[in-house]
This record gives sequence, structure tokens and C-alpha cells, in this order.
Amino acid sequence: MTQQGVRWTAEQVLALAPDAASRKAGSKLGAAGPWSEAGSSDEGTVWGLCKGSGSKPYQTVIDIADAAGPAYKCSCPSRKFPCKHALGLLLLWADGEGAVPPAQAPDWAEQWIKGRRQRAEEKRTAGASGSSSASGDPEAARRRAERRAARVTAGATELEQRLADLLRGGLAGAEQAGYGMWEETAARMVDAQAPGLAARVRELGAIPASGPGWPVRLLEECALLHLLDQGWLRREGLPDALSDTVRSRVGLPASADGPPVRDRWLVLAQYDTADVKLTTRRIWLYGADSGRTALLLSYGAAGRAPELALPVGLVLEAEVAAFPGAGQLRASLGEQFAPPAPTSIRPPGVTTAEATARYGQALRDDPWLDSVPVTLDRVVPTPDGDSWQLADADADTALPLTPAARARPGLWRLVSLSGGGPVKVFGECGHRGFTPLTAWPQGEGEAVRLC
Amino acid sequence: MNSPSVPADSPAPDAWEELVTAALLGTDRRTPPGGAPGRQAPVTLLDTAAVATVRRRAGLKPARAAQRPQPAPEDPRPVLPPAAARRLAMLLADRPGAGGGRRGTAPDLMELLPQWLATANDRGFAPPPETLPALLDAARGRTDLRPAALTFAGPRAVWLARLNPDWRFALRATPGGGAALPQLDDPAEVRQLWQEGLFAERVGLLSAIRAREPAAARELLTTTWPTERAEDRLMFLDSLRTGLGPQDEPFLEQALADRSRNVRATAAELLSALPGSALAARMAIRAGACVALDHTRDAPTISVEAPHECDAAMERDGVVAKAPAGRGERSWWFGQLVEAAPLGTWSGRLGGRTPGEIVALPVTDDWQGELHAAWCRAAVRQRDGAWARALLGSPSAPEAGGPGAVSLAERAKLLGKLGSAERAEWVAGFIATHGLSEAFQLLGVCAVPWSGPLGRAVVDALNIARDAGSYPWSFSGVMGLAERCLDPSEASRLDGLLAIPDEPEDASPGAGGYWAEAFQRLVTTLRLRAAMIEELDTVSPSGGAPSGGV
Repeated sequence: MTQQGVRWTAEQVLALAPDAASRKAGSKLGAAGPWSEAGSSDEGTVWGLCKGSGSKPYQTVIDIADAAGPAYKCSCPSRKFPCKHALGLLLLWADGEGAVPPAQAPDWAEQWIKGRRQRAEEKRTAGASGSSSASGDPEAARRRAERRAARVTAGATELEQRLADLLRGGLAGAEQAGYGMWEETAARMVDAQAPGLAARVRELGAIPASGPGWPVRLLEECALLHLLDQGWLRREGLPDALSDTVRSRVGLPASADGPPVRDRWLVLAQYDTADVKLTTRRIWLYGADSGRTALLLSYGAAGRAPELALPVGLVLEAEVAAFPGAGQLRASLGEQFAPPAPTSIRPPGVTTAEATARYGQALRDDPWLDSVPVTLDRVVPTPDGDSWQLADADADTALPLTPAARARPGLWRLVSLSGGGPVKVFGECGHRGFTPLTAWPQGEGEAVRLC
Repeated sequence: MNSPSVPADSPAPDAWEELVTAALLGTDRRTPPGGAPGRQAPVTLLDTAAVATVRRRAGLKPARAAQRPQPAPEDPRPVLPPAAARRLAMLLADRPGAGGGRRGTAPDLMELLPQWLATANDRGFAPPPETLPALLDAARGRTDLRPAALTFAGPRAVWLARLNPDWRFALRATPGGGAALPQLDDPAEVRQLWQEGLFAERVGLLSAIRAREPAAARELLTTTWPTERAEDRLMFLDSLRTGLGPQDEPFLEQALADRSRNVRATAAELLSALPGSALAARMAIRAGACVALDHTRDAPTISVEAPHECDAAMERDGVVAKAPAGRGERSWWFGQLVEAAPLGTWSGRLGGRTPGEIVALPVTDDWQGELHAAWCRAAVRQRDGAWARALLGSPSAPEAGGPGAVSLAERAKLLGKLGSAERAEWVAGFIATHGLSEAFQLLGVCAVPWSGPLGRAVVDALNIARDAGSYPWSFSGVMGLAERCLDPSEASRLDGLLAIPDEPEDASPGAGGYWAEAFQRLVTTLRLRAAMIEELDTVSPSGGAPSGGV
């Protein structure tokens, strides 16, 4: 593939920024002023010298063609990743050939790229030759897994007891008990090495303060948590796929051991959610040939952006391998064969009725699913009292937006894009409603990020 | 609500309600349906609830669609070329942050937005719809951006603003944007809105009509004039400034007898801007009586005899009787008379001299300041270029640099009455003689981009300031203006200034480096502006067609 002419848009570059401050600092550096000797090569390398406050300019290199998303190297002392210099250089590059012309990479950039490619190659051959060396003694691994399973079982049993106690005394008491009770239980689940259970318990703690209708939501979530506990405790009797789903819901580690699927993967959406300890990035992909939808998850320490970043609306030729479990869409990105390129591919869409039916079907494989990824075709964003819905252009049905989606600025981009007419919208459809993530105008036009 | 959609055909919604009640109260107090009290009751309840929850979720169906919004009106303009659309996104992404700090060499993108908008409007492009929210947010925060931003945003922004109260300003600012009043041709509709509309809508309506057909607006105003409140009368009267003409005189003359003092004063001001009006003639007589040519001296000299009283007729014509604290009332009255008298009468009164000759005449007894200041106000009000030129004098005259008789603010206003080339030339001459310290306000009235001579004068003056060893932030105002207003083609001439010069001994420490940085920012910004304009001038091969929905 010769994709060197394909430059990203400023928005795609800014999506890589780890935080708002970097975005701002990066945009300021996205002008020719401080840069010199900048250039880009056919192999997807971008480099430049940025004048900082010191006497020696910073050397910045970016490998945009890397299989695992863009990689950065900068001689500045910043611990942000990518640093503002890398962002500024990418912005400049996105701007066109004026400031970052095609050229031969200088030695310092070339060396780094070579080193990287070499290491990646070694890793691949090493991975192919034998993965057993990494995990060590299989017998020891089995014993470790058994010990962990035993601890999770103890945790699940304790959690069952706590849930029973809660229901015996009544959920009304949970409102007074406050958050502390849940925090403590969550900590117990962390001790039991069941992070999935811990996360669910923590979410329970937030429900009593979440507004009208909380008893219903609390009962629902308690019941599903109970279901998960029971699933774990009786996993021996479950079909394999469902058993894998339970394991992953409980929070046991798994690896993407499904067969790698090579496809032209359209990047549908990328968004981050953050809690105190962790930033989680979700990237939705759509396989143009296989018709599959896949979810890439990546993590960063609190306040830092996860490393993997893919520009929404572009397509990349790559291999993707699925994680185990029934109804699980999670996958991991394998080898990339070409850098992300613009495309006119759009995912096929369905009606709102088909979207809810799809969620219902997905619950058969994974009853703990909050939502499924769906592309709606020909829907009109419609105000509905204080709320909004996506109404079918050709039927009298509509999906309400989730409360969270209503508060996001992306809502207004969606409304403006639609102008009262039908648009195509990708998002997550679940029991709380629909969360729009990306939209396409009715006529020609690029994908518009809503998250 | 948690489940906004309707469950399919829940077999027994009551059963679910009972489960929730039992869970809320606790199984010790309430036995859940279908279960036995006792030890196992909570687990049974959870089992039942789990089945019910998954069942409820799996059975969700879409809700009924609400009333769909009216489609936004078509925007016939072609969409932005892709490069320009990306630029817009970048300009809008650079929202001014809380932490200011030193600016370094990077351009201030937000400051370029007004220019970008003006160029885009000039080329007649439509924005990509998804940028409208950011555009409206930017315009919400900065009132000075609003007119250009709303013009660019086009009809879809008005449509959008009806759905989001944060952007209500877009409805106020767009005549006819708020209510259904776009049909200015329909007299019945216009009349109804005029009589029943909100104040802002009525002002919008009046301004819109005034801009198209001045007489019609005046007639509309006359229909309800006596019943309007005083504040409203003032605002409505103010909107007559647009398209002011002799036909307005009878109405304004009548408003001179208004109950409200402010309305009277505004009416008098408007009348005095009409040199042919009866009020102007009355003022000419009064002012003329105060000013005479004294031939008894060696050289012809203007002598001033300020009025001794402010009679009722003067007050009726808008002269404010009570002087502000610290001013003599006679000179206060005198200033108002001269300000309101038509400038054309002075030539006849003062021996057929031209404005230039009149301004050059000496004035007795320290009256020169008062007299010239009043003439300045008159020249601004009556939009008289010849008088403005005479009062401005030569830019290189030594007194032009000091405070003098004519303040900088008044000078800026006078400059506004000259043609743009003449204005630029005057300011260039001023800067060449007096430097930049007083030039900021004057530069602000010059047309953008600055003409060649003006731009060179500014750059030369900045260069001189640098060599003098001061810090660049003493000139940050002018520097910022230069970034926005200098012709981008001047960028290449600045290359010599980018290096850090050797520091002279008496210079402020480190100033040279900061100057190099400031000039770098200037050049970067100029290049960016050149790129911006170029992007808007390229017609993209595919994007040239209108963006209308297919």
C-alpha cells in the first residue's frame, strides 16, 4: 500500500491527546513557527525539530504506520504521552505538505524507527517460536489458577451472603447506609481477586443517589450480580461459551486466542471513560468484509491516555483476534498491514425496532450486557420534552437517548448534522437507551465524532 | 427512568411491582410473591428478580416517536473546501484557557477567528453543519464575534438555536429569527408583531424595516409612538440613525417636545446631524452669535463670546442646561451650540475661508480648545470629511503627538470620517513621527489588511523600539494588532528581525530574545493568515457544489 499521501485531520490528531492541556499545548505547536527540518517518509514516519526554551531543539519522531497505532519519541522531558511536540508535529503534518514535505528521514529519526521495527520483528518471531517460555511451568500456572478460582469462589459466596442480608433488611436501608458499605464490600472483592465483581459492587453504591426510580435499578443490578455469583459458583454446569463469559464478567484474565481475522476495519468510534485509578479506552471497529463488529479495550493510568489510538472514520487493513466468551465482542488488534486511510465505507444500518431486538438477542448469550453496538439508519434526532430520541424517518418508533448522552456536546453536533433530516448513527443500544457515538450525513460526507 | 422504552408484553407488571416493594421493605417484613418466608426468601427474591430483569430488558421495544422537528432551511451556499473546514475546526478548538502566561512564538488562533469568518463570508461559503455548535459557543462567549459568526453560520444555526436555550442570542441577533416574522412584505403580519411582539422582537423588526425602507419604519413607529414607554421610545428613536434623512425631520421635531429628557436629547442630536433641518439652522444662528472674526488685531483672530444664559428655546433644542461638575456653564452651553451647528455655515461666517484656514486661525482667550473640540464632535456627527481632515492637521506636526486640543479618541473618530487610503496614510505619518506609544487607538480604525506604507511604518517603529532596548510587551497591543492586520505578504520583509540581536549595553536584559520571539510569532501568524486565505480561495473539485441534501 502506498498511503503516504494520506494525512489525518486535525481532529483525528487531537483525539490522541492525553488531556485537555496537551490538546491546547499541542494546537499551539501546530504551526510552522518553532519547527525546522520537518518531513515525512513513505513508510509513515514523521519527524521534526522543535525549538523549545533550551538551546538545543527537541527531536520529535512519530511512527504512524506502526501495527499497534502511532508510536512517539521525543527528546523533551515531558511524561505526557504523546507529548505536545508530537501532537504539534502531527497537526503540522495533517495541515499539508507545506510545512512537512515528503523527504528522506534524517539519521536520528531513521535509527529509532529501525530499532523499533527490529524489536517488533524479534517479538513476533519469539512469539511464534514458543509462548510457553513466557508463562513458565504449566503445572505451576494451573495451581495458580486453581488458587485464584478458590479465592473468587470465597468472594462470590461472601457477596451472596451480603446480598441476601441486604434483601432481608430491605433496600430502603441502603439509602441510609450510604456509599461506605459498598466501598467496603468492593474492597473485599478486590481482595478476592474478582475485579469484575468489585466494579459491579461499586456501581451499586452509586445507585441510591441516582434519582427517582432508584429502587428498581438497585434491585435489577443486585439481581444481576446474584446471577453472576450463581453463574460462577455453578460454572461447571454451564456450556463452555457461557462459562467463558462468566469468567470474563467476574474479571478473570483472558487472552485473545480466537483466530485472527484479516479485514478492512473501519474505526467506528473511540472514547475514554475514567475513574480514579484507570482510564479505559474503547474503540469500536467494523469489518467491511466480514461484517463483524469488534471492541478494542486499552487502559492507561489515571489521567493518562491509553496508548492505542485510532482515528475515527478511517479504515485500516489489519488482523483482529477475538477474546473468548459467548456474545463477547472484545478483540485485540494484531498486525496492521497499512496505515489508516480515508474511506467511503459506512456500516449498514438497521431500524430502531431491529436495534432493540438485537439487544434482546444478545442478552441470550450474555445477560449482563448493558448495551450492544448498533448502527441506526435513517433516524432523526427529535426533542422529546426535556430529553431527546432518535426517531425512525420512516416509522413511528424511536429510541430515547441515555441520560449521559443528553448532556454531551456531541448531541448538538448530531442535531446540527441532521438539520431535522435523517442521518446514520452508530452507537450503543441498551436498556438505558441509545448512546450515539458517530454519525454520517445523509449525502456524501465524512464520519462525525459525537463522543 | 431506568427503562425508557416499554417492555414488550410484560405478563404481570404487578408481579414486578410486588418484587420491588418486597425488596424495598425487606423479606423480613414482606414476603415476596411466590416464595416462602424465612431463610431462603432473599435468595428466592433475587432469583425471581434476575429472571424478571433479563426478561424486561430482552423485551424492550422502541418508544413512540415524538413530534419530529421541522427540517432546517436549505443553505444554498457551497460548503467549505476541506482544508478550510479543518482550519475552522482548529481555530474553534483553541478556546482561550484560564491560564494565560507568556505567549511564546505560537499564534493566538482565537484572535484570527474574526478574520477567518470575514473572509469566509466574503467568499460566500457555508459551514459544515457539525461545526455549528462550536461556532455558536464561540459567538456566545464573545459578542464582538456574533454578527460575522451568525452570518457565516447561516439558517441552520437559527434553526439550531430554537432547540437550545444557550444559543438564544442567535434568535435575538437575527431579525425575524425569533418568531415567525420573516414576511416583511405582509403589512398585517408586520403590524401584528409590532403591536404584540416582545421588545427585542419589535426592535429587530423596526431595524429590519428601517434598513430596507426608512420611511416605512418611521411610519410604523408613529402609529404607536404616544403609547410607548420612555425607555422604549429612546431605543426606537435610536434605530432611526440608520438611513437618517430630511424626511425624518417633522417626526424628530415633534419628538423635541417629548416628555422624556433623553428622548429629547436624542431627537436633537439626530436633527443636528441633518444640516438642512430647522434645528440646525437655529443652532447655526445661536453659535454664530458667539463666534466672530476680530480684525482689530495684527492677524485675523477668532473671538468667542459664550452665551450668558440657556433659555427655554435652547433647552427645547436639546441643549443641556446643567453643566457637569467642574465645568463652567457658559463654556458648556457654548460647546453644545457649536457641536450642533452645521459646519457649512462657518465658512460664510468667517470670511469665506476653507476649513483648513479656519482651523489655523488663532483664537482669543484660551477658547481654542473648547471651540476645536466642539468642531471635532460636529465633524464626526455630520460625517464631514473636509472638516475632519482640517481638524486632524498634519500627522507629523509636533502637537499631534501630545494630548493637544484633540484627544486621541476624538482623533480616532475623525479618522473614521476619511477614506481608508487617506486614513492609513495619516496614521503612517503619525507613527513615523511620534512612534507607537500613542498609536494603538488610531491603528484600530485603519482598514485591514493595513496598506503598504502603514504596515512598513509600524514594522519600522517596532524595529526602532527594539533597538531602543525596551521590552516587547510594552508594545503588546500594537504587536497583537500587527499580527491580525499586517498584510500577510509583508512576512518576508520581517525575516531579518527574527534573529536574536546582540544586546547593547543599556538594553533591558534578555529583551533581544523576547523581541525575536515576538517577531517570530508575528511572522508565524502572518503565514498562517496567508494560508487561511489561500484555503478559502481554492475551489475544491468535488466540494464546489452546494451542500443541499439529495
